[in-house]
Amino acid sequence: MAGYLLRRLIQSALILLGVSFVTFFLLYVLPADPVRQIAGRSATAETVENIRQQLGLDKPFVVQYARYMGALVQGDMGRSYLQKTEVAELIWSRLPATLLLMLGAITCELVLGLTMGIAAALWRGKTVDQVLMMTSFVTVSAPQFVVSLLLLYVFAVKLGWFPIGGYGTFAHLVLPAVTLGILGSGWYSRMMRSSMIDVLRADYIRTARAKGLTRARVVLRHALPNAILPVIAMIGIDIGIFMGGIVVVESVFGWPGIGQLAWQAIQRVDIPIIMGVTLVSAFAIVLGNLLADLIAPFIDPRITLR
Amino acid sequence: MKKLLASTAVMLALGLPALAQDYTPDPAAKAGGTITVTYKDDVATLDPAIGYDWQNWSMIKSLFDGLMDYVPGTTELRPGLAESYEITPDGLAYTFKLRAGVKFHNGREMTAEDVKYSLDRVTNPETQSPGAGFFGAIAGFENAGAGGLSGVEVVDPSTVKITLSRPDATFLHVMALNFASVVPKEAVDEAGADFGKKPVGTGAFKLAEWTLGQRLVFEKNADYWRAGVPFLDSVVFEVGQEPVVALLRLQNGEVDVPGDGIPPAKFMEVMGDPAQAAQVVQGGQLQTGYITLNVKTPPFDKLEVRKAVNMAINKERITQIINGRAIPATQPLPPSMPGYTEGYAGFAYDPDGAKALLAEAGLADGFETELYVMNTDPNPRIAQAIQQDLAAIGITANIQNLAQANVIEAGGAGTAPMIWSGGMAWIADFPDPSNFYGPILGCAGAGDGGWNWSKFCDEALDAKAVAADSMFDPSMSADRLKAWSDVYMGVMEQAPWVPVFNEERYTMKSPRMGGEDALYVDPVSIPVNYDYVWVKE
Amino acid sequence: MTDLSADNLPPQGAFARLMRRKLAVLGLFLIALVVGGAAFAPLIAPFDPNDQMFDGLTLEGAPMPPGGQFLLGTDLLGRDLFSRLLYGAQTSLVIGVVANGLALLIGTLVGITAGFFRGWVGAVLMRFTDMMMAFPALLLAICLAAIFQPSLWIVAMVIALVNWVQTARVIYAETSSLATRDFIAAERTLGASTSRILFRHILPHLVPTIIVWGTLGISTTVLLEATLSFLGVGVQPPTPSWGNIIFENQTYFQSAPWLVFVPGAAIILLALAFNLVGDALRDVLDPTQRGRD
Repeated sequence: MAGYLLRRLIQSALILLGVSFVTFFLLYVLPADPVRQIAGRSATAETVENIRQQLGLDKPFVVQYARYMGALVQGDMGRSYLQKTEVAELIWSRLPATLLLMLGAITCELVLGLTMGIAAALWRGKTVDQVLMMTSFVTVSAPQFVVSLLLLYVFAVKLGWFPIGGYGTFAHLVLPAVTLGILGSGWYSRMMRSSMIDVLRADYIRTARAKGLTRARVVLRHALPNAILPVIAMIGIDIGIFMGGIVVVESVFGWPGIGQLAWQAIQRVDIPIIMGVTLVSAFAIVLGNLLADLIAPFIDPRITLR
Repeated sequence: MKKLLASTAVMLALGLPALAQDYTPDPAAKAGGTITVTYKDDVATLDPAIGYDWQNWSMIKSLFDGLMDYVPGTTELRPGLAESYEITPDGLAYTFKLRAGVKFHNGREMTAEDVKYSLDRVTNPETQSPGAGFFGAIAGFENAGAGGLSGVEVVDPSTVKITLSRPDATFLHVMALNFASVVPKEAVDEAGADFGKKPVGTGAFKLAEWTLGQRLVFEKNADYWRAGVPFLDSVVFEVGQEPVVALLRLQNGEVDVPGDGIPPAKFMEVMGDPAQAAQVVQGGQLQTGYITLNVKTPPFDKLEVRKAVNMAINKERITQIINGRAIPATQPLPPSMPGYTEGYAGFAYDPDGAKALLAEAGLADGFETELYVMNTDPNPRIAQAIQQDLAAIGITANIQNLAQANVIEAGGAGTAPMIWSGGMAWIADFPDPSNFYGPILGCAGAGDGGWNWSKFCDEALDAKAVAADSMFDPSMSADRLKAWSDVYMGVMEQAPWVPVFNEERYTMKSPRMGGEDALYVDPVSIPVNYDYVWVKE
Repeated sequence: MTDLSADNLPPQGAFARLMRRKLAVLGLFLIALVVGGAAFAPLIAPFDPNDQMFDGLTLEGAPMPPGGQFLLGTDLLGRDLFSRLLYGAQTSLVIGVVANGLALLIGTLVGITAGFFRGWVGAVLMRFTDMMMAFPALLLAICLAAIFQPSLWIVAMVIALVNWVQTARVIYAETSSLATRDFIAAERTLGASTSRILFRHILPHLVPTIIVWGTLGISTTVLLEATLSFLGVGVQPPTPSWGNIIFENQTYFQSAPWLVFVPGAAIILLALAFNLVGDALRDVLDPTQRGRD
């Protein structure tokens, strides 16, 4: 176990190094000049060159990358080209909102998705199943913007149950988390359903039923723990999706998450911010996947960590 | 020496630069209250030397002052921190007399040293100001750096003398730009690169709170040197708000001014409801939407082809697509800009004539080219309308729908044969015709990386432009505007652009907002003049 | 507790069994409809999909609602929505079926290999998967957009390149669990060959997951294509695709709901149709799993 963990941690560090290198390289070859964005539209060629030198963007790729990484290991993520603010501060101020929304949304996804998936599995082939399957396709195919705005319109503007966007209290969290929960629940419900059906067919479940255990007990105590494994992997994937940015939902609900920061930075080639957000999200994703792999043996003891 | 005292200098009409009578605020205006303003994009910085965005432009105007200023809601200059100024007969030296008793938000009195420091700072390449280029006429600009500008001298604590290397008729406008705002050295030194987050100025408001990525609160500066303003106790800015949602919140009474205006998707709904339409404010904007034709790239190197493209575009239909929120343009300058050529009809929509011209150029069968466009609505739609118009005369224009930075790069590098300027279009920095020429139509911007995406460079026109800008004497301003009008007519003869439309701004305000409409569509303090608006209740 | 009656069906010809399932027939019919619509779009479409018609907009510039001259209404530029949907099906089929299918294939192969064989091969594959997942796909898309001429095949490639990762992760998790189960161990002790275990025992258990990812993936990739087009990769205006039609018009969903809900329904139907056929195929091809939905 300890050996495995050590190996995985070293591998994770290598992954992060790889991500940083490839991202930096892509930004280097990207045909959009950050210096032009900084210098403004009336800048002279000399001004542009001067700024390029100050930022070290006239240096060869390897030197630029080495400088960036050198500062990074000392905890310095640099300053935004356009905002001049420390990248660490920009990310740090938005990270709690992103993590909170991620937590809320994954909870909603799990509650909705698992309930629907289990129900569909138990009433397989019945109307319930068919309706739930339809629902999963509708939610997965629904455009984020439309769903977000519809929910906001109905529950915040018309009914007044929740604030119209914003951040700060639990009431603010409900609508964006539920929106993301609905949009993502289709994946969980379909995964849960097929996994549950698979488990319910297994001999030990038939045995348990034959022993006269109640249906609820069989499903919850025996089937669910075995069926949930693929769902754990889904959570790892979900973290990636959330860290990659949920710009639309964030902007509709006025949620100050990392997605908006990253989106604006990409549009304006603010390299330090793009690098910072990429590395922070890569860190979260790698960590999430590592945890998913570490949890698996506890849920399914037959899996060993090698 | 000609002395222009602010109180007596009444030179309206064409007089630019002229000083207007000072502004009399709404007599019904009441002090007090708080308003909420929303923006979609985050506020990047409040450093006046750096800020150059839609959302921070007017915020910075309320936090800082420059030597010069504008009459609220208009494009007329009025004195700001300078009480008066003198210009030498050769137009090469400006002596500004500063107002006494003006205090920074930190309580210290503003002096001539601060003015010099601020101008030195903005032109120092270390500052990386996107506005440094505006100060090119000040003597010593080429050597600007840690040593400061040799052309800016402190005569005494309340007098600053600025020497120019060439006469510049726009100089007073430049002194009214955000970039020329006066900042206190000690506050900049203390905050360092974070000055943009801890701004200290002399403006009507001071920054009270800033939660990154969420909201900013401006608080009334009780010691503001202009008596009676601002009216509001505070202004709350909420950022990261989708314009459609901002409008919903306005309808719900939570927001007073949606900073990004009425989103296109909601426009018809709002205008269709008389109650809401009454809250809409419409105003002109010093903006032109245009298509650049790269004169260095065949076949746009042929004048006939450029003229043909000008004649092929159905501008009426394009304005229809954006629900009539613009007026078709005939020339680079917008109609409300001094120097606009009245009565010039431009190129009329004439597809048959355009085809004939193409045939004359030996391209009777048309050709294939690329049209670059920024990817935010409604720009891709407008590009598709342009594409259809071009197809009608046999030109196949493939659309390159890209992020802003990529389009700007392709434009600067000269690899884009055609660019629709929407989303990156020129909005005047200051209300003077020269502002539409230098970087976007003159030789200076035609180099690699410049903003002159047509790569149009006519030395004779450049010489005319320089001559026009050396007519600094206010008595010559009519001649100067005529000269500028000639320059733009000269541009149109060579047709490096297709001027398509001039956008009209449509914004809304909550019923409790007071103050004349012009303050909500202020042509300079874009989008709102926070200093003069007030709440009714 | 659950309906197991399908297990008791007498074995018959595969095709007959497939046809027996009405839902599968319905699915096939829907797929044929979309493919036919895409293939014969020039014959069926009442208008040129890119023609911005003068009478397609009101005087104020608003699109026309469904009914009347335009069956499904017009879009914001006055183009016929029905014609655009037909032509858009071509793009969306390539993205939703080909690109998504390719991503599914890569993901499944990587997931099975890593989960079944494990060892250093598995470790390398999964760490590579983790890296791909941690990598900002949109940035890659922007770079590709700037380097290559935008085309349908570039966007298909990007989607395949980006989307296999999630499938690989899930298949890996399932395979590593399956590989340790008793019946696999039993097979091994009985001397079954690796390929026999893989194809007879592992793969059939993975089929439901593959169907879930493949069919839900149709919806998400069709929508993803719109995002990529927005960034300049993939089809450029005025070429229609279902995702683009939604994306271009989504802010107008209150004033012109047909522009969002009609293409949305088309995407759902396509995904659903493949799901119905997929479920039926699984029953037909895999006798041991027959009756599982």
